[in-house]
Amino acid sequence: MNFAQFQKLPAYLRWPVLAFVGILVLSIVQFFTDQQLLTSTTTIQTALKWAMPILIAGLGGLFAERCGVVHIGLEGMMILGTWCGAWGALQFGSPWWGLVSGIVGGALGGLLHAIATVAFSVDHIVSGVAINILAPGTARYLSERVFTQMDGGSISQSPRVESLGDFTWPILAKGPDLLGKVERLDWFLISDLFGVLRGLLFQMTYLTAIGLALVPISAFLLNKTKFGLRLRIAGEKPLAGESLGINIYRQKFLGVIISGGLAGLAGSFIVLELAGLYRQNQTTGRGFIALAALIFGNWKARGVLTGAVLFGYPFGLSLRDLEGTATRSLLLVIAIALLAVVVWALSEKNKADAILAGAVAAGSLLFFFGTETAPKWLPGTMPYVLVLLVLVFASQRLRMPAAVGLPYRKGGS
Amino acid sequence: MPTAIELIGITKRFPGVIANDNINFSVEEGEIHAICGENGAGKSTLMKILYGMQPADEGVMKVNGVEVNFSSPTDAIAAGIGMVHQHFMLADQFTVIENVILGSEPTKHGVLDFDTAKAHLANVGESYGLTIDPDDFVTELEVGERQRVEIIKVLYRGANILILDEPTAVLVPQEVEALFDNLRELKAAGSTIIFIDHKLQEVLEISDRITVIRRGKTITTVNAADVTAGDLAELMVGEELPSPETTESTVTDTVALEVKNITVLDEFHRPVVDDVSFSIHKGEVLGVAGIEGNGQGELVDAIVGMEKPESGSVWLSGKDVSSHSVRERRDEGFGYVPKDRHEEGLLLTAPLWENAALGHQTKAPYSKGMWIDRKGSRDRTDEIRERFDVRSPNADVSAHALSGGNQQKLIIGRELICDPKVMILAHPTRGIDVGAQAAVWNEIRTARAAGQASMLISADLDELIGLSDRIVVMFHGRLVAELDPSEVTPRLLGSYMTGAALQGGDELQGGDEMDGSDESAGEHTASAMSETAEGAQ
Amino acid sequence: MKSPLFRRLLLAFAAPVAAFVFAFVLSSIVLILSGYNPIDAYGEMITNALKLESMIDMLNETTPLYISGVAAAIGFRMNLFNIGVEGQYQLAAFAAAVIGAKVVLPDGLHMLFVMGVAMVVGGLYSGLAGLLKVTRGVNEVISTIMLNSVATLGIIAGLFKIFLEKKSGGAVGGGTTPLAETAWIPDLNGFVELFTREITKGRKLTGMLVVAVIVGVLYHLFINRSRLGFDVRATGMNPLAAKVGGVPSKQMVLLAMVLSGVVAGLVGMPDLLSRTHAYDQGFTKLRGFAGIAVALLGRNHPGGMVGAALLFAFLNTSSGILQITGTASSEIVTIMQGIILLAAVVAYQMVGQVKQREEVKLASEATVGATA
Repeated sequence: MNFAQFQKLPAYLRWPVLAFVGILVLSIVQFFTDQQLLTSTTTIQTALKWAMPILIAGLGGLFAERCGVVHIGLEGMMILGTWCGAWGALQFGSPWWGLVSGIVGGALGGLLHAIATVAFSVDHIVSGVAINILAPGTARYLSERVFTQMDGGSISQSPRVESLGDFTWPILAKGPDLLGKVERLDWFLISDLFGVLRGLLFQMTYLTAIGLALVPISAFLLNKTKFGLRLRIAGEKPLAGESLGINIYRQKFLGVIISGGLAGLAGSFIVLELAGLYRQNQTTGRGFIALAALIFGNWKARGVLTGAVLFGYPFGLSLRDLEGTATRSLLLVIAIALLAVVVWALSEKNKADAILAGAVAAGSLLFFFGTETAPKWLPGTMPYVLVLLVLVFASQRLRMPAAVGLPYRKGGS
Repeated sequence: MPTAIELIGITKRFPGVIANDNINFSVEEGEIHAICGENGAGKSTLMKILYGMQPADEGVMKVNGVEVNFSSPTDAIAAGIGMVHQHFMLADQFTVIENVILGSEPTKHGVLDFDTAKAHLANVGESYGLTIDPDDFVTELEVGERQRVEIIKVLYRGANILILDEPTAVLVPQEVEALFDNLRELKAAGSTIIFIDHKLQEVLEISDRITVIRRGKTITTVNAADVTAGDLAELMVGEELPSPETTESTVTDTVALEVKNITVLDEFHRPVVDDVSFSIHKGEVLGVAGIEGNGQGELVDAIVGMEKPESGSVWLSGKDVSSHSVRERRDEGFGYVPKDRHEEGLLLTAPLWENAALGHQTKAPYSKGMWIDRKGSRDRTDEIRERFDVRSPNADVSAHALSGGNQQKLIIGRELICDPKVMILAHPTRGIDVGAQAAVWNEIRTARAAGQASMLISADLDELIGLSDRIVVMFHGRLVAELDPSEVTPRLLGSYMTGAALQGGDELQGGDEMDGSDESAGEHTASAMSETAEGAQ
Repeated sequence: MKSPLFRRLLLAFAAPVAAFVFAFVLSSIVLILSGYNPIDAYGEMITNALKLESMIDMLNETTPLYISGVAAAIGFRMNLFNIGVEGQYQLAAFAAAVIGAKVVLPDGLHMLFVMGVAMVVGGLYSGLAGLLKVTRGVNEVISTIMLNSVATLGIIAGLFKIFLEKKSGGAVGGGTTPLAETAWIPDLNGFVELFTREITKGRKLTGMLVVAVIVGVLYHLFINRSRLGFDVRATGMNPLAAKVGGVPSKQMVLLAMVLSGVVAGLVGMPDLLSRTHAYDQGFTKLRGFAGIAVALLGRNHPGGMVGAALLFAFLNTSSGILQITGTASSEIVTIMQGIILLAAVVAYQMVGQVKQREEVKLASEATVGATA
């Protein structure tokens, strides 16, 4: 099957096929490098957890950019989300309140961005950068006012907060644990598939479930509802919407505020599910990675999910992989993926892509054979390198909303 | 007959200008009423007021006898008014149905109800004889089809008063006829139509009554049957209309620009410019006719060096400049007026002197060595402002502050003042007022008399016919015909532009005299034609 | 009637002044809500700033902020968002520290060599983002941010251990091998003391201040006076029109990106050449992001950015005194910086619109005048 045929498949077939191919590659590599971490339940669990903030923030970016507002301030709003998430959880004594407060915090950031970009026509990137500078300062100031007064809190971190809790799917992942049984049989590919599935269903946090559910919900909202149609016109051709009596300002404000709220949710996810507390600089650029996932996902909800998983996986793996052997195997996976790009580029007669992909693949292979264990810095760097690599090969095939980043004034003046 | 719309004393001011100054007229139910006036007369502002996109500063507006006060298009739509904009208000990446239902979406349990919408759309289409596939993406549609979507959009909302803002500007004569048929059908079904245009023949053909606007004021309303085009023209400009007539030929024997076998491929490796060759002599204006999107833009890009063609070469005064960059070509003597002054011509936020320098910043008086000569540039800009009548307070004002006509005069002036050997003019008078248009035509003629070779691309067929020494027609990336402007009519030109003349297997009409020194191009034209004809069979 | 010069000045300063007043009011409200007396706090900040030593601190802080601002501004003038100044200067400082410690050169020349290494490394690293943009269409905002992480978490973290200072007895130090004194930049204390009293408390005014001034002047000459700068600005305002005007836009992207990185390479030099003399764990961070703020606040204007850098430096150096005297939380200054910045970009936008309307009016008056 060539790429063109694959692209014609309906979406509900395309994505499972893509996932299957991904796991296939992982298990082949696992087979040859003799190691289990790449598809183990714990790795998948961690990877999924680490993908979630990227996914949720990426969906946030989706709402902003589909209504025409560039959202580089996602990072700042995630930071507001982390602080507010921790504060809400501590103040009201329940992580659910943390969640709510995180969303509100992010949404306030979104409101600020909307006021600057929509009401005052400030350049979207300029406003985003300003918010990214304002947000950490605000969080630090608030920490100094609030968390230093608490037991176990300081200017750079909060006391511990509770997680929202998790649940395990009965029968499949516990009790008889059918999936686990097959995973432990250690059959090539089959066990890996079940391992991945079990990783999804075992001790799935409620917040992860919410995050995953947000993907179809976002797609549905954007594509099937009046609200979504009107939101999208603001990002494609605002004047057309205006000429039919749609209040474009309103759509943009709503889009950017929702976007901020989702970024805030992503921030509180980090606090509640990943770290268990607020810490300064906790987001480590994931707002930007979310933006990259959005671009990679071609401004579609499902695409954001793929991007988030792709970029979240090496984060999760690096945490599980203390010896660096699995990360080393990942180099092989990257090489294989790049060789696939070479084959595809050749079939498209795109020499430049083929040579570039081939060169990077060769480098990756050399690195793989040259080391026993990945150096300590590699796992932490991998996600960023991966983002760059993916964008290098994907950027030219993407189409962003037509009016994204353009200033809009009512009456066309 | 009852009155559909009545305007009394409508006035609208913008900083420094009165766009509408005490506008009075009324439109009767079921008539086609044209609003006529030259560019900048205030037609578009008036329409925006009628459609609720801008509030009037003064005056009263009545719809069906009731005084209304629109604060947004929603109010206008609710009053039964719909508008077809000059620049299509369609999202390219939306489907037809998405574009149509926008703003009045049917929903079921909060979900968009496409079935109901499509049924309603089919209904509307049937009653007015307008058909379109609701699931097509707009980006796949032809210009005429897009306009149909715009009209359907309005009818879908149940509008019985339609405003059409210069609907024929983007259409070729054949498409215009189809549009007029649609309009007559709408009128028969009882709709009232307000039709804005400045093409007099069209106005006379389609409308029942005509209101003329000049400098923001209503001059008069007349019955179409009682006036001639000449009468209308006089009413519009208050004086004789300038015409783009050229005087006697100044064509010389020296070839200034020669284009050999240029082929440009698009991203899917299909030819958008297909083996095009021609030459232009000193003192000659070559007109290039063609519906937009038939490769003219790509051809120009290849000639001026913006994009590298797949194959072919460009020769300037006998020198091969194919491998030259845009800058090198400009230094060799190319002048270029791009088709969209805002997108490609100007640095809107920069002062006039920087805009004047743009494209010539490597040469004196704009620069000295590696430094910009600010004084030299300003002086040169003042010279341009003077000679080309660019009405502006000084050389330091930003380009965006100027009116379209003055911006265009600046662009043409900055090219002509450098005395280029070859001038590429893409739509040099698009969207500027009659006065500026006449000035631009004058400059082109003067340069031609001085021995400049020009390539003129225009959608204004009168302009092409009036200014050119020769006209070639571009269709599907090829030059399919070469015509003598003294013998060709806009109608015949239109039939070549749509390919109708070719598909019918007609011989070249209206004179295809080839320039004696340019036989290869002539042969090529003939062969390209036969291929196209075969392809169509 | 007001003179045009007066109007121009009014329009130029209306925005920053409005932004400052707005930020002042908002910060005061924050302070009052937090239970502090804003008058006391501001008083303390100003009294402190008037001391000679504080001024030295402020100028030392201004120097890297200004250089960083210029680095960001070069990109901004071309509509390129080089968010990567952070990574570029860290990497450049690290490379300069490592390579500079390995060579032996005469006094002065050694210092210039270290600066040169930093500029080359900064330029190459930002050039990578430029290359990705022109050849692969990768958005420079994303790529420079990713390259920041790659530089700090990857390259520096990976190589840091290898180049740690080896002390006698096999022990290692906390940073790279210190630069020899030949590479240190002389301080300007002697010059300052010609006009003032003796500088105490061990404060030294960095010689990099001179370099910052040179950078500012060169930036002005390049962007506002040179043909190449004109090409850069034209591309930034309208890439298509610039291309029609013969400006090779891809080369301009690369050029602007590389130049931005070259200047970014100097951001770490005040620390390296006059303070730490080595790259260590605590090497000052976040100056790249502060530079973006300086560029935005100073409107990419060579003079405007001086004011912006001074203001930010003033706020930064004031935070300590607030802490010491207990008049307010020292973190208030970061909030003030954020508010000033956001208020300024909004104010600039509004004033810009007023200016545009004025120009349109002026131009249409000219038209009417000509017809009449």
